Amino acid sequence: MPAPPIVELHGVSRTYDGGVRALAPLDLVVREREFLTLVGPSGCGKSTLLRLIAGLLLPTTGEIRRWGENDPHAQPRRIGFVFQAPTLMPWANVARNVRLPLDLAHMPHAEAKAHVAEALELVGLADAKARLPRELSGGMQMRASIARALVVRPSLLLMDEPFGALDEFTRQRLDGELLALWSSQRFTVTFVTHSIHEAVFLSTRIVVMAAHPGRIVDACDIDEPYPRDESFRVSQAFAQYAARVSASVAAAGTAAPASTEAVR
Amino acid sequence: MNAGAWRIARFVAPLVVALFVLGAWQLWVTLEKIPPYLVPSPLLVARTLYADRTLLLQSLGITLGVALEALALATIVGAGAALLFVQSRWIEASLFPYAVLLQVTPIVSIAPLIIIWVRDIHVALVLCAAVVAIFPIISNTTLGLRSVDPGLLDLFRLSRATRLQTLWRLRVPSALPYFLAGMRIASGLALIGAVVAEFVAGTGGRAAGLAYQILLAGIQLDIPRLFAALVLIALAGVALFALTAWLSRLALSRWHESELPREG
Repeated sequence: MPAPPIVELHGVSRTYDGGVRALAPLDLVVREREFLTLVGPSGCGKSTLLRLIAGLLLPTTGEIRRWGENDPHAQPRRIGFVFQAPTLMPWANVARNVRLPLDLAHMPHAEAKAHVAEALELVGLADAKARLPRELSGGMQMRASIARALVVRPSLLLMDEPFGALDEFTRQRLDGELLALWSSQRFTVTFVTHSIHEAVFLSTRIVVMAAHPGRIVDACDIDEPYPRDESFRVSQAFAQYAARVSASVAAAGTAAPASTEAVR
Repeated sequence: MNAGAWRIARFVAPLVVALFVLGAWQLWVTLEKIPPYLVPSPLLVARTLYADRTLLLQSLGITLGVALEALALATIVGAGAALLFVQSRWIEASLFPYAVLLQVTPIVSIAPLIIIWVRDIHVALVLCAAVVAIFPIISNTTLGLRSVDPGLLDLFRLSRATRLQTLWRLRVPSALPYFLAGMRIASGLALIGAVVAEFVAGTGGRAAGLAYQILLAGIQLDIPRLFAALVLIALAGVALFALTAWLSRLALSRWHESELPREG
């Protein structure tokens, strides 16, 4: 029996001011505890879709239900969002950056402090809490950004190409850490990437999107057990899944880059 | 060059230039026998400065006082206006043209009116100088309050931040570098405004500022004293600039690119 849906999109489309259609009407269901990845070329609307799920954008047509609610302002459970860039406040240290969502919600100081310590512990930044963002490497800044998303103990974590700007080694390490967090913290992830390999490594399910207009063209379950480690990256199954996803990206009529790593 | 040596060199290099220029000036005036009522020698200016020190320093105090009070007034009113402008596009569209109008109208043409309307001459001078100094503070601070990382703005929206929270925790700190740069420009303008207003007002006696000393020395053909007053005005300008630069370093040195020590 499938897990209960937490976000349901029915006939959702988005047209920007000026008539540019970012997303054609589409249906999508995000289920509890899944690691769903949206993959596709630039301009396929994957970031737009993520922002619609977050409630940062309103759909032009269609309906979005979150935990059964269709009011975009009701938020029965918490949503964490990790952006492409770390988007940390440069004037505040790591702890204050991570505490921001709690401060905005007026959480009592002592309680907030405990939450922050826990979130920093989860991402391995406990020792860096007094440092300023500029004193951190790109990977550490991204960890701080993830800690800020986790500090509200989200039920749903939305991630918009979070590791796209990092070097390959750092990205693979953070992918592994993210999977460990996802296994232990029991939240649901909706992840956006343009890297097919990253998508296959992380996901329970991949949704393939195409551009002009943005639409969903394929979906693919990755039926491989967790924890996944480096041996999965070099396995036969991994190569087959990657080939399958590449083929459906290519079939959508958009030239998919041979190496998904080089494009940014 | 190491950091310590550079710190010394930064002060010594302009001093060497000053010594060279002053030496050449002294030599030229002496050798060519230029009369002091045309161009006084640097030594004569220094002697005049010392001889008339009581009078000149009192005037310096008055001019500097007017400039500082004007800078403070322009800062408070300018920052307040900028905060008002960013509340709505309507307010900005309605009021910003008048800020520009104030800026482009030459102070010499408004000063007589202000001096007639305001009974207290000191207050009138401060108002004139503040009118000259306020524009860069308004325009810079408005720009800064709008130049906010869009990712952080999304994060504040996701966290259901109130308008006030967004203003205070995000817009104000983001605007700080712009505001301080505006203040630096305004510091010079405040002094210019103070001098121009004094020229127009022509206040003598115990309320005589440096501009009045220049005016008087010009009429009396006491060119060495005119030069001595000029030197003091220039020094006052430098002091005001140094004050705002110090404030800027104090506020930004920990996190903003403009004040970070450069490597190499």
